[in-house]
Amino acid sequence: MRQQWVGRPLPRFEDEALLRGAGRYLDDLDPAPNACHAAVLRSQLAHARIAKLDPSAALELPGVVGVLTGADVAELSRPFPAGVDCPIPYRAAAVDVARYAGEPLAVVVARDRYVAEDALELVEVDYEPLEPVLDPLTAAATERLLASDRSFRYGDPESALASAHLVVRERFAFPRWSGTPLECYGVVADWDEATGSLTAWANFQGPFTLHSVAAAALGLPGSKLRLITPPDSGGSFGIKSTVYAYVVLMGLASRKLGVPVRWIEDRLEHLAGSSGATARITDVEAGFSADGELLALRYDVVEDVGAYVRAPEPATLYRMHGSLSGAYRVRHVAARNRVVTTNRCPTGLNRGFGGPQLYFALERTMAIAARRLSLDPAELARRNLIRADEQPYRTPSGGLYDSGDYAACLDDALRLARYEERVAERDRARSEGRLVGIGVACIVEPSISNMGYITLARTPEQRAGELPKSGNAEGASVQVSPLGGITVRVATAGQGQGHATVCAQIVADQLGVGPADVEVITEMDTSTSAWTVSSGSYSSRFSGVSAGAVLRAAERVAAKARRIAAHLLECDPDDVELAGGRAVVTGSADGISLRRVAGVAHWNPEALPPGLEPGLQATAFHAAPNLDPPDADDRIASSAAHGFVADVAVVEVERETGRVLVLDYVSVHDAGRLLNPLLAAGQVRGSFAHGAGVALLERTVYDADGNLLTGSFMDYLCLTAPELPPLTTGHRQSPSPFTPLGAKGLGEGTTMSVPAAIGNAVADALGRDDIELPLTAPRVWELLA
Amino acid sequence: MIPIEITVNGRRYRETVPARLLLSDFIRHTLGLTGTHVGCEHGVCGCCTIILDGTSIRSCLFLAVQADGSELRTVEGLAGGGELTALQRAFRERHALQCGFCTPGILMAAVDFLGRHPEPSREQVVGLLSGHLCRCTGYEPIVEAILDAAGER
Ligand code: FES
Ligand code: FES
Repeated sequence: MRQQWVGRPLPRFEDEALLRGAGRYLDDLDPAPNACHAAVLRSQLAHARIAKLDPSAALELPGVVGVLTGADVAELSRPFPAGVDCPIPYRAAAVDVARYAGEPLAVVVARDRYVAEDALELVEVDYEPLEPVLDPLTAAATERLLASDRSFRYGDPESALASAHLVVRERFAFPRWSGTPLECYGVVADWDEATGSLTAWANFQGPFTLHSVAAAALGLPGSKLRLITPPDSGGSFGIKSTVYAYVVLMGLASRKLGVPVRWIEDRLEHLAGSSGATARITDVEAGFSADGELLALRYDVVEDVGAYVRAPEPATLYRMHGSLSGAYRVRHVAARNRVVTTNRCPTGLNRGFGGPQLYFALERTMAIAARRLSLDPAELARRNLIRADEQPYRTPSGGLYDSGDYAACLDDALRLARYEERVAERDRARSEGRLVGIGVACIVEPSISNMGYITLARTPEQRAGELPKSGNAEGASVQVSPLGGITVRVATAGQGQGHATVCAQIVADQLGVGPADVEVITEMDTSTSAWTVSSGSYSSRFSGVSAGAVLRAAERVAAKARRIAAHLLECDPDDVELAGGRAVVTGSADGISLRRVAGVAHWNPEALPPGLEPGLQATAFHAAPNLDPPDADDRIASSAAHGFVADVAVVEVERETGRVLVLDYVSVHDAGRLLNPLLAAGQVRGSFAHGAGVALLERTVYDADGNLLTGSFMDYLCLTAPELPPLTTGHRQSPSPFTPLGAKGLGEGTTMSVPAAIGNAVADALGRDDIELPLTAPRVWELLA
Repeated sequence: MIPIEITVNGRRYRETVPARLLLSDFIRHTLGLTGTHVGCEHGVCGCCTIILDGTSIRSCLFLAVQADGSELRTVEGLAGGGELTALQRAFRERHALQCGFCTPGILMAAVDFLGRHPEPSREQVVGLLSGHLCRCTGYEPIVEAILDAAGER
């Protein structure tokens, strides 16, 4: 009988090796023998002219091979291109002026890492301090630091606001934070002088648009930058997309010094100089009717991207553009988006990518409105949620939501949370003087980013003169060996999500074998993998588009196998079914093994049906079908699929200490069809932990001079097991009509919803609106004082 | 350079190392046992946890020369070439690892812990994990896996 593997909670094939300590992470590999070790000299000041950088003493140290300086970087490379024309060019190392504490100034290469680090201390640097700018609003008022300023208007928000019964006007700040994967960056770079090409191994995660960005900086055609990712990666959550800047830096060091160069970032470097989420200030104006209908929304956003606009920024600001109206039916929306640079480490991808920032502002606004309208927040949400019969739903800013019954999800969440009882309990606790609060958040979780959304940072007039960008495509290959072995190759550069297992499930269904019979190669190699600019693991795109490419390739191999089998069995290919490792004639006992079919394709092409190519392999590409470039009115379907998340948080604040205790947290998710529920649960829970981290604890802090205060894991506090709130989850499965398997992304939703829901709960507990994330005990205690 | 003799997973190694070589670097790069991971090199994340003479320690906070004459266990020694142990199997069943980078350190800490607390309470397991970072799983499946493994002993 035919087995259906997709949809089962199958434990992972990846785990066997990982549990034995036999994973192959970047620092476990030795791909370029005799590589020398690099250490990076970093700016100690947030803003300074580098008056002198003299490596001569370092070069004298035995074991030192050489030094690459900012001047070399300027000579050997070009600035990285970005989505906006920025007055301050970004390069792999500072040239003349350092703009954040931790910025690379030089690379010392030595026979071993210990010696390289010794040599760093011998490089003489004279700094001429310059005034740093840390305040995003100051930056917004400074022409040179304002990288982009665009305004968008959909419908007639002015009139709608003017006619509103209630207008909420509030400012929300979202802090800078980082997903901090436990494995830091790593690069091995090997410049080949003979061919003028660079081969680099890096724990990069995509998007592979950034391969083009790196190649442009190196002045190389894409074919001469061979980028290879290792089979295993120790987490990323978006952060490792930026390792591309170090691919260039180490590539230049290898080129200048004539040796392969190996660089493994340490944690202090990671916290100071890798990447993080944007800090955002959002002024919201929201108009409501007397019965709670959200009539209009206006955002005024200042987005702090750090010292440089580093590609793919300012993407954080535009990833959510089709979802400015969130899960609500409001038709009048406006936004002003300003992107500013300050003297902090540049930002980039980070789990949630724009979602936490947007929804904290929107969902806090909804909670504030509910209070002012004397409505229950869940009831206010329900009155505004997009209705099931309106799906697929086009948002005012161009987003195309696909499916789902949002109100039913909210009801599920309320039921799981025993909402009404909880409200009564809260009121009782309050009458006893306790600070208990309940928060609700309803969010739409976009997945599979439209590569064209970033062009919204440019005006329609500018775009008209440029080549359009759109879509999100992925490639994959499936091959069957002469002995019937099945190998899948993907370009997703995953970081622990379990892609190999899910790919095996998909291919097993198509070829009628067990998933354990399918080998999945997860190393990505830009010279040999099937890939596109959108390849990689980000925007929760795997289950929607990467799985689609695997499915398409497997379908082609299956179709060919059936044709061959039909020819050998003298029947019609439509009557051949692949099951149990065999090709059988439907309804009869006749059949041959898949191994035999593959054998014929390889060993005996003469026996193939006339005209059929030998071999049994297919490479397929799949693109999301619903992602056009932005139109002339700045509307864009910024993502292909949209899940929904409804959360309820119950908290108690300890009066004496300010400590926030999350008593209960319920999250109900509709992410379409779940390809592997065990893995889906893992993604939701991991995403929840990151959301709870930024809600309660995590923040990157700089002092007034731009010195990083959270430069180690002793100061940047990640959430640990005892601090993790209890989580109850529920699922609905409304298949997406826009993805081949009906799946939607689900690895970011709770990172987007939790800061909003916990924020709302704490605001409710304290009875005040001026709360700021993260809600650490000292900060909450100050509010209580 | 200092000569040292260390037994790792039952195998004896004689090496000559610089005095300042970290034990974590010695294990990973001198011996090539790359299952032990390094996530911070300042004693917080727990990725580098191994067992030294019967007690779990952070190998990034030790020098190789301090381990001279010691017996070490690393993740590679748990199952050896054989079947996964009950603890490892529980991690797989519970999906208690995603990227797997934190996993070897947590496994070694759990082996030491379960030796001392054969029937741990949930709070004790959570307490053990307070010394380990995992950025992928949200910890709960790890707690479940360790409790499962304890139940099977
Ligand atoms: S690497 Fe040793 S505790 Fe983090
Ligand atoms: S599984 Fe990735 S850090 Fe724990």
